[in-house]
Amino acid sequence: MTSVANSTGGAGALPTPSVSPRKSVTGTRLWVAVLFLLPAFVLLGALVVYPIGYSVWRSLYDADGSGFVGLKNYGDIFSNDATLTAVRNTAIWVAVAPAIVTALGLIFAVMTERVRWGTAFKLIVFMPMAISMLAAGIIFRLVYEQDPGLGAANAVAKSIHDTFVSSSVYPGARPNETATDLKPSGGGSFTTTGTVKAGTPALLPLVGIAPNRLPGTPENARTASGSGVTGTVWLDFKLGGGGTKGKVDPGEKALKGVKVEAVKGGKVVASAQSGADGTFTLPAEADGAQLRLPASNFSAPYNGIDWLGPTLVTPAIIGAYVWMWAGFAMVLIAAGLAGVDRNLLEAARVDGANEWQVFRRVTVPLLAPVLVVVLITLMINVMKIFDLVYIIAPQPSQDDANVLALQLFLSSFGGGGNEGVGSAIGVILLLLVLPVMFVNIRRLRKERQR
Amino acid sequence: MRSTSSKNRTRRAAKSAAALLAAALALALTGCGGNDNKSSNGGGSSGSSGSVKLPKLNGQTLEVAAVWTGAEQDNFMKVMDEFKKRTGAKVNFVPTGNNTSTFLGTKIQGGQPPDVAFLPQVGVLHQFADKGWLKPLGADAKAQLEKNFSKGWVDLGAWKGKQYGVYAKAANKSLVWYNTKAFEAAGITTPPKTWKDFLSTAQTLSDAGSPAVSIGGADGWTLTDWFENVYLSQAGPEKYDQLAAHKIKWTDPSVKEALTTLAQLWGKNDLIAGGTKGALNTEFPKSVTQTFSGSTPAAMVFEGDFVAANINGDTKAKLGTDAKVFPFPAVGSQAPVVSGGDVAVALKDSKGAQALLTFLASTDAAEIWAAQGGILSPNKEMDQSKYKDAITGQIAKQLLAAGDNFRFDMSDQAPAAFGGTAGIGEWKDLQDFLRNPKDVAGTQQKLEADAAKAYAAG
Repeated sequence: MTSVANSTGGAGALPTPSVSPRKSVTGTRLWVAVLFLLPAFVLLGALVVYPIGYSVWRSLYDADGSGFVGLKNYGDIFSNDATLTAVRNTAIWVAVAPAIVTALGLIFAVMTERVRWGTAFKLIVFMPMAISMLAAGIIFRLVYEQDPGLGAANAVAKSIHDTFVSSSVYPGARPNETATDLKPSGGGSFTTTGTVKAGTPALLPLVGIAPNRLPGTPENARTASGSGVTGTVWLDFKLGGGGTKGKVDPGEKALKGVKVEAVKGGKVVASAQSGADGTFTLPAEADGAQLRLPASNFSAPYNGIDWLGPTLVTPAIIGAYVWMWAGFAMVLIAAGLAGVDRNLLEAARVDGANEWQVFRRVTVPLLAPVLVVVLITLMINVMKIFDLVYIIAPQPSQDDANVLALQLFLSSFGGGGNEGVGSAIGVILLLLVLPVMFVNIRRLRKERQR
Repeated sequence: MRSTSSKNRTRRAAKSAAALLAAALALALTGCGGNDNKSSNGGGSSGSSGSVKLPKLNGQTLEVAAVWTGAEQDNFMKVMDEFKKRTGAKVNFVPTGNNTSTFLGTKIQGGQPPDVAFLPQVGVLHQFADKGWLKPLGADAKAQLEKNFSKGWVDLGAWKGKQYGVYAKAANKSLVWYNTKAFEAAGITTPPKTWKDFLSTAQTLSDAGSPAVSIGGADGWTLTDWFENVYLSQAGPEKYDQLAAHKIKWTDPSVKEALTTLAQLWGKNDLIAGGTKGALNTEFPKSVTQTFSGSTPAAMVFEGDFVAANINGDTKAKLGTDAKVFPFPAVGSQAPVVSGGDVAVALKDSKGAQALLTFLASTDAAEIWAAQGGILSPNKEMDQSKYKDAITGQIAKQLLAAGDNFRFDMSDQAPAAFGGTAGIGEWKDLQDFLRNPKDVAGTQQKLEADAAKAYAAG
């Protein structure tokens, strides 16, 4: 103590020779040190230590904060399905999100080093960081919107889907259940239970489309005639209702271009398409066959992916998180990359390593400390993820997207209003973050020693 | 839900409209003061005419807290303008935000309660009364209340033998709104009266190519309203009360029957706009707009009288011509009338607060408020022709015709953790049921488990 004091005292005494060296030593006296540390201690105590202590204390009390319940709140947490889902989802978040963000950041950082407009690219990738979590959440709520006309993600999915699969002419049409023997026969197709006979025209009434919304200008339907195997496909509903179900009434519109298959013993023996007046004629071998309207006539328009449904909601929100934080990882890693000794890379290349080997065996190991910093920072960040989940997940799948921080909020301030359970979740969250912090501190110490 | 972009402009417009209205009212009141029966007990210390006697409160300022914003708030303030004119007391409005009970709880604990507050749930009234935060009604207010309201509505504002609140604003949640064009196209002339008719109407509408029923399943509360209507009509008011108080379990056969009935509709993708999956992605406002606008509008949407505000605000459809309404079909012997409402309570023991409650219980206040549109009053003595439009008048009539057979929204009576929170409890369980309407037994078990937990916690 004294030797340190003396040495610093000596150094400090130099600019003010008039003051004796003895006085300037006061700077290291205990009470002065305490005085100077006091503001920091008060702030830390009031803002960090006290809230932690109070949360621990509060977690042992019931909803009102009046009755002591011991560890019951903790028991409740682990017997509650919602919290268990939250724990599972938080685990998924911690395992997946930081890894993806760091990997993407690494790729971006290495790539931008080599391209011409690297800085511009970096700027764009980093830009989402300037947006608040709340705004990003709202943006992605729109991106993941189900309606392909509104949601960007589904607009892309739909246009890709529609390039490969053409949509049907009469989506949503279906047989009139009460007036026909056409029954669903799996996969969206309909088959008659009876068989068709030559000379008795088959009637295949369909409903489910508004008569004024048929494509083109449909003609009125006509009952087929003739001695062959014939029939009519038509819309058994006219504007304003009326008419007999299952009969071709005047004014009911024909459905043109519907594919009709004749099936015998599970095999298609013939097929035809309905004409402009809704009639079709099958060859003679179709006599005695069942008629089938294949699903291709009716397949509903592709409606995109259910991004925010129960199964995909967590990956979808992680996607939004990656979009936000990839820039952060990239900037840190790029800074680390700038400090890497180029000679080492050159040496590896001279030794005959290809680019992949250079990246894998030289660049990445050299960047390891930075990568660990990024990874750990993100891990801590991800454990307390709240805003994105709260905003993006719609009500019906909020449970499936639940994470610990959200569950903390919901049990404290949601309908239950149980701050005891909320505090208990907070304490558990703290316990989960502690090991990561510990690793981080130890790593920092090691680095300092180096 | 409502746009706030043009708030300033509407405020200004509202202010001038209010001034005009006040002037007109003054004229009307003085004009008919001489020979009208209204003046029988008017006048008095307040010196103004009307059906209610109010004290002079010059120079006082009252604070009223309620959830309303925008147009709803402006409409209410017009009623308050009249109160100011009669008593001289100024009224300040404090919006509470969506979580009224939390907002008021912090205000009260902080020692700054508003004079009068409107509580949206019966459960909150009970909770606040138990904590001793509410002041019972005075004699004047009670007299007005008993004169103008039927017993059912009076009792809703009471708890443990004491009268605390005045149900000045009600909602009728047993309505199905329909797109008249869709009905015409399908050739349907009379709206369905029973559940069976309702289903076959839906089938016909669907055959005619319009999505039959629009369900706002992304908001859990619309689903609880569906269930409550079916249950009230099918199981009857007694069972309804028992279930609301959790005296019978959700695993009761009556619940099974109600859910099975609901599944007759919810289980048919053809009948629901967008199928069940689409319904789960539809919030309440969208469920209204997709019924009255767009390229293939749905035919029917179920919800309370407040749908009118969405139709007026978000679509071009005209109430009474493009959009009409019929009562929720009878599932059992009688069509259900499920109601909601905001109850005015005094949080301070002041003369002003009591005067305000007295005024709110009077026919004068009800008539002024009804004339603004967008509200229903359970006040049975008021002049029903004062409603702004015929449709609201029709809805109000239906509500009053139910007498004391109406029932208050069950989920609003339940603890918030069960019946009033997004993503958990009844809201979530019914959303799961909408996703998988075959699982009646599983849904019942989940409902019972959640209810047991929430009711036990209080």
